[in-house]
Amino acid sequence: MFNSIPLLTILALLPLVGALVLLFTKGHIGKLVGLGFALTTTLVGVLAFVLSRSSGLIESTPWIRPIGAYYALEFSGMSAILVLLTVILVPVVFIAEWNVGERPGSRWSTRSFFALALAMQGLALYVFMASDVLLFYIAFEATLIPMYFMVAGWGGDRRGPAALKFLLYSLAGGLVMLVAVAGLYAVGAEQGQISFLFSDLAELDLSGTVGKWLFAGFFFAFAVKAPMAGLHTWLPDAAEQATPGTSTLLVGVLDKIGTFGMIKVCLMVFPEASAWATPVILVWAVVSVVYGAFMAMGSRDLLRFVSYTSVSHFGFMVFGIFAMTTQSLSGSIFYMLNHGLSSAALFLVVGFMVHRRGTAEISAFGGVQKVAPVMAGLLLLAGLATLSLPGFGSFVGEFFTMAGAWQRYPIQTAVITIGMVLSAVYVLSMYRRTMTGPVTPQVAEHIRTDLDTREKAAVVPLIILMLALGFFPTPLLSVADETSVAVMSSSGVTDPAPLLQEGN
Amino acid sequence: MTIAAPIIEWLLLSPLLVLLGGAALGVLVEAVVPRRSRYVVQAFLATLTVIAALALTITNWISAEPTVAAMGSVTIDRPTYFFWSLLLLFGLGGLALFAERAVGDGQSAFASSAATVPGSPLEREADRLRREHTEIFPLLLFALFGMLLFASANDLLTLFVALEVFSLPLYLLSGMARRRRLLSQEAALKYFLLGALSSGFLLFGISMLYGYSGGFHLYEIADAVTAGVGSNYLLLAGMVLVAAGILFKIGAVPFHSWTPDVYTGAPTPVTGFMAIATKTAAVAALLRVFFVALGGARWDWQPMFAAVAVATMAVGAVIGLVQSDIKRLLAYSSIAHAGFLLVGFVGVVGAGEGVALSSVSAIGFYLLAYGFATLGAFAIITMVRRSGGEANTISAWRGLGRTSPLAAGLMTLFMLSFAGIPLTGGFVGKLVVFASAWEGGFGWLVAVAVLFSLVTAYFYLKLIVAMWFTEPVEGESADVATPSPWTWSVLVVSALGTVFLGLVPGGVLDLANSAGLFIR
Repeated sequence: MFNSIPLLTILALLPLVGALVLLFTKGHIGKLVGLGFALTTTLVGVLAFVLSRSSGLIESTPWIRPIGAYYALEFSGMSAILVLLTVILVPVVFIAEWNVGERPGSRWSTRSFFALALAMQGLALYVFMASDVLLFYIAFEATLIPMYFMVAGWGGDRRGPAALKFLLYSLAGGLVMLVAVAGLYAVGAEQGQISFLFSDLAELDLSGTVGKWLFAGFFFAFAVKAPMAGLHTWLPDAAEQATPGTSTLLVGVLDKIGTFGMIKVCLMVFPEASAWATPVILVWAVVSVVYGAFMAMGSRDLLRFVSYTSVSHFGFMVFGIFAMTTQSLSGSIFYMLNHGLSSAALFLVVGFMVHRRGTAEISAFGGVQKVAPVMAGLLLLAGLATLSLPGFGSFVGEFFTMAGAWQRYPIQTAVITIGMVLSAVYVLSMYRRTMTGPVTPQVAEHIRTDLDTREKAAVVPLIILMLALGFFPTPLLSVADETSVAVMSSSGVTDPAPLLQEGN
Repeated sequence: MTIAAPIIEWLLLSPLLVLLGGAALGVLVEAVVPRRSRYVVQAFLATLTVIAALALTITNWISAEPTVAAMGSVTIDRPTYFFWSLLLLFGLGGLALFAERAVGDGQSAFASSAATVPGSPLEREADRLRREHTEIFPLLLFALFGMLLFASANDLLTLFVALEVFSLPLYLLSGMARRRRLLSQEAALKYFLLGALSSGFLLFGISMLYGYSGGFHLYEIADAVTAGVGSNYLLLAGMVLVAAGILFKIGAVPFHSWTPDVYTGAPTPVTGFMAIATKTAAVAALLRVFFVALGGARWDWQPMFAAVAVATMAVGAVIGLVQSDIKRLLAYSSIAHAGFLLVGFVGVVGAGEGVALSSVSAIGFYLLAYGFATLGAFAIITMVRRSGGEANTISAWRGLGRTSPLAAGLMTLFMLSFAGIPLTGGFVGKLVVFASAWEGGFGWLVAVAVLFSLVTAYFYLKLIVAMWFTEPVEGESADVATPSPWTWSVLVVSALGTVFLGLVPGGVLDLANSAGLFIR
């Protein structure tokens, strides 16, 4: 009965319509309308997720016939999981940033922030659901526009240059990808198949040199997005200057497009070139993990600290993706969801701290747990989720990634374990330096209140979700499995045989 | 001895004849209609003429078969119809900008009396009497006529005559700005001198090609190239010189040096019209001459044009970075865009079975998308004013997003289209041009082009940042004048066109694709 309703289009358009509606509302009503749209999108997203379990949700109509582009959406496996993440994070950010426009130095009102966030959400949903490369690319690039305005509109004093840096890095990646998209079309036209559908592109013979170049074009764009060491420098700047809600969406949703694209485009369309590049990419991923961890340890700024933990964790996801076993892929996809939640919780709690103290310098804090115990507790929980303590969903993701990757790349996996150890070091030392010890006079002066109800309402659901995923990972892991099995079969790679047979 | 009467296909040529007739009628109007009502009469006469020409073009396109007309001097094939429609559409936009008087307190952007010495008592007298030049409308029609002819010329002599027909009115129009008249006259003189030089190159090249092939018609040259008769040096020299003549009009490096000065000096409506219409006509002629007449020698000219494309993009993009005047910025942007067009040109993907995207259709689509953004951007420039004149420095545009969000929003849309950001027509244009170039085996050129797209994106962003993220400078900020329906119609059509081409380009692309094949 639901096949006649274009549910996926409704899901993606709803926030975009909401963004338009917000332009015509005023003040407080506008904020409520924005939250209303965000929550409705969450409901529709969850509904789509439930429905997709019983029957596949697919939409497809020709869009630009002469170049074989389709308006094609699908909702399964990894797409479903990332859509869920997106629709959960946006209302959470709205609650956390309820008064962002009233702060001194904000360029526009809270309502505009909500409108931009909704626009970004709609476009991100298109990215995650697209089953046509051109549609994917267009939505991918278009997300930059609202995100640019979000970084540039609210936050620190030097946010203008940070926003420009973010935009230029992303544009560079996007334009390199544009070359690859044009090339993909030309190769398709040469081989007599003019189509941008992922399913058709996967049929192309891209094993030659051109295929490798095209792969490199796509991978570069994704490596900028899911920042890998060397291409990451825009992220700490943007996270430091933007308001924490923006950073949450940036790291939680937009950067996931990078790892999403690596699976969806690199592995599915270019299996030969992926296999060819794997050794290099794995080393790069390991370097990212370790480098991000050391930079996090050395950070003096809380917001930069959180962004460096993300660099480290994105390296981890990329490692799981290119290790190419069913387990590591599923683990990596599951980890994407959990990283989105844990980095959101960390960014938001840190944001509450910074808002009260007026600075993000780690050295400006100390003894906060005596003044604001709830805030300290939530920071600890968010930090523990970040370091993948068993019981949180991120542990399951990391464990599966490591277990899967170990079978094929034991040495790299061993090195990456260092990253895990370091994550415990940097999270706990950050907690020790900011929360424990004697209460400094400055802290006592600035941090007078603990978290209020609104702030708790933003973070507590995230913690609960992460715990739920930690204890009952199977339902969502099985969804992630759909994608990893499809990737493995399309690239013709089989899992290594277990060393010990069951029942021996 | 009997002389056979020439056979003229009146109906097929009717768009050309209507334009010429309308222009001639406009000259007559100057003589008989009283001064008071002349502006209105001229504006409406010109508009009706262009609309009639457009209607005739479209009906012919639907009903008539492609053929060579007027004793072999004009080709009326599908690319002709497509480029004619583009030119007439841009002509309409240009007309609307010409006719705008509301933004300048009831005065047009043109000098009261262009013949007077700037600053002289005569000039003040003309200003006081609120004189105005209504000849601009017939001049635009003459230019448009020449452009249509240029885009469809089937022999090199017609090509040369058409070039002069559309250039002379433009030289004149460039020198007629109301403000900063000396600058405007200097620009016109520069344009004229360099234009005359390039015409000389073209004529020299034509004579060489005639010497090589023994004919002026494009098919005669094509036959000679295929047969391989004659001196190869003559062919190569003729090819280079003809290319130089046409590239001058496109504004490609190394024939670009007139562009910034003329763009800055000319009245903004003229700049807007010239920026897109001249480019369209010249690109159409370039395609026709090199694909039809010299297609057989394309191995010889592809590397040359690839080099020109790289140089053009580099100069446009890099020098554009340091501009602080908006019209100069758009001049360098137009140079860069000329480079992007040439990227599509060197691929030489002919239309036919199994070809999804020919070079001609990709370039046609690009021009349409670029035209919408160009006309729209120049329309906004005419509206942003300070103390009676246009405020063209970027610093004057600071904070415009706060004072007039609508104008700033539209300008942002056009800038995003120039930069090739998705969901705008400019993006699809770049995509199809790059895809067709790659199809033609120029993948490396596509990579270079994308690199320079990024550079150009930076200076479009600079303007966006100035409008939205900086505070206005005290005493330097501009106001946005309320325009009449003339400019509004340009803005609405450009904005809708830009968004439409970005969201659902399929139909227009189909149309361009059906117009991909030249006949000989």
